[in-house]
Amino acid sequence: MPVGRYPVPFDRDVAVELLRQMLRIRRFEEACAEQYGLGNIRGFLHLYIGQEAVAAGVVPLLGPEDSLVATYREHGHALVRGVAARSLMAEMFGRATGCCRGRGGSMHLFDAATRFYGGNAIVGGGLPLAVGLALAAKRSGRAGIVACFFGEGAMAEGAFHESANLAALWRVPALFVCENNRYAMGTALERSQARTDLCGHAAAYGLSTRSADGMDVVAVRETAEAAVTEVRAGTPCFLELQTYRFRAHSMFDPELYRERAEVEAWRARGPLHTYTDRLKAQGLYGEAEFLALDAEVAAEVRAAVAYAASAPTEPATELLRDVTVAA
Amino acid sequence: MSARQTYRDALREAHRSALGGDPRVLLIGEDVGRYGGSYAVSRGLLDEFGPDRIVDAPLSELGFVGAGVGAALGGLRPIVEIMTVNFSLLALDPIVNTAASLRHMSGGQFHVPLVIRMATGAGRQLAAQHSHSLEGWYAHVPGLRVLAPATVDDARGMLGAALDDPDPVVIFEHAQLYNVDGTLTAPGGDPDIAHARVRRPGGDVTLVTWGGMLPRTLAAAAELAEAGVDAAVVDLRVLRPLDMATVYESVRRTRRAVLVDESWRSGGFAAELSARLMECAFYDLDAPVERVATAEVPIPYARQLEEAALPQVASIVAAARRCLGGSA
Repeated sequence: MPVGRYPVPFDRDVAVELLRQMLRIRRFEEACAEQYGLGNIRGFLHLYIGQEAVAAGVVPLLGPEDSLVATYREHGHALVRGVAARSLMAEMFGRATGCCRGRGGSMHLFDAATRFYGGNAIVGGGLPLAVGLALAAKRSGRAGIVACFFGEGAMAEGAFHESANLAALWRVPALFVCENNRYAMGTALERSQARTDLCGHAAAYGLSTRSADGMDVVAVRETAEAAVTEVRAGTPCFLELQTYRFRAHSMFDPELYRERAEVEAWRARGPLHTYTDRLKAQGLYGEAEFLALDAEVAAEVRAAVAYAASAPTEPATELLRDVTVAA
Repeated sequence: MSARQTYRDALREAHRSALGGDPRVLLIGEDVGRYGGSYAVSRGLLDEFGPDRIVDAPLSELGFVGAGVGAALGGLRPIVEIMTVNFSLLALDPIVNTAASLRHMSGGQFHVPLVIRMATGAGRQLAAQHSHSLEGWYAHVPGLRVLAPATVDDARGMLGAALDDPDPVVIFEHAQLYNVDGTLTAPGGDPDIAHARVRRPGGDVTLVTWGGMLPRTLAAAAELAEAGVDAAVVDLRVLRPLDMATVYESVRRTRRAVLVDESWRSGGFAAELSARLMECAFYDLDAPVERVATAEVPIPYARQLEEAALPQVASIVAAARRCLGGSA
């Protein structure tokens, strides 16, 4: 199935910004993989490569008054949200100048300035959090919605079902963004859900639902825009974006559960190259411009790695800070 | 002097003054509104404060406790009531993995000013799924403050102080205490959420306890007094962070300690207390530390079996006598 069946409908600035954000994520993630190989990043590292259209398409629709809750595969969301690449990379290097002073690592990126609430590595754990944040936004009377990203695997958790009901019952401004990448680690959706129509699950609780091709950043942005508008008007929404993770679940995953041909078929639908081709075909963007953009992004990522590599480590004397306010 | 009131009334007053004093405070829980609270703590509050402040939640402990965490992050000051400690196990994820961890995990960027209250403890023939004492589990977790109000003063005073704490606080209300009455020693109760209190001074043996075991530990002390044994009773009140200084001070005087713990003996909170006494008060002790704890059995229904499982006045007195080596 081709990606994107109609011309890119955005003006050039928006169109290029979508490309730039996807490229930033891709190059940042490639650098993460490389640094993992070099031993500079340890622990679990979950790469987002293949799913870039989701973060790039949805996150820029959020304003500074909005909040964002994500999962342990959240580098892309944090980057697009505006958390500095060097602060993210330093966190993954476990350095004192990382966004969480080296306490979180890849799975727990947080940033108060951009209302980025993690970085939650319990599958489904972010969903009730989002309901509460949205309740607080509603009660305070200030503008602001909460976008909560999670994978389709989270929909088997009770947390999804309880949160979907609470959000609809209390009518809080929450946008539930399900990144359906078809595998919960190694378990395919059809092996974990009797009903694989995910919007059906959400609709059953009274959430407004929408679905789009998560490989097509144009479709993601347009669909998310409609959903965000609805949430801002007070209706909690569920948005399913059908996507695919090109890399292994984590760096420890031998990928025994899926066929190479399947991965190749999805790679052919990759969000970055298909979108770039569309922009070029439409005459919105040239090869020289693309190369310049790629160089600019590569420089940002290189600088982030250099910053992280030379960043100070937190001394062990600081071990017990930030457990409670007093400690 | 104020009139006598029940522990339940003192809790309700604490809620009323918290809700009245800060528009960010709201109470969320199962049947806290129209029903009036399963232990009637919140009776009347819905009429007084309305459904935006007294929020009935569906039977979704994971969901509404997690939402409480999010609401606290978002600037509200939620009090989340969990009907009973056993049900809190359905919400361990948001409490332990999120609320307790978030400040550290985020490098100090976020904190969770959330208060979680729950009924706890046995003694009412409610059997194995409504009677357990798991406060020691929560006290194991860095990032939480764990309170066990045992008196009317503490029921009245601790909630407001807990709401002022920028970090998550878990409050255990023993179900046997709701009907206990007393007189406030100060209009707002006792707002100290950092220290233990000596409930009865004594020079012969120190009885250490908290929560629902306080009344029967005091009864045991009274019985010992009749036999000429002067027992001190220390009410821990705060299980995390633990105020051991008050315990050591009493033990240095009495040179003997009996720990009364309604949870199971194996891995129970008294084991932690005992270890600390060994580490820091070993040379002050004239006898091995005694533990009085619940038998290693899910709490049974039948009255005589439930009584046999739990620490009783007689078993506390017997432990104190063992500790005194027959000198009493």
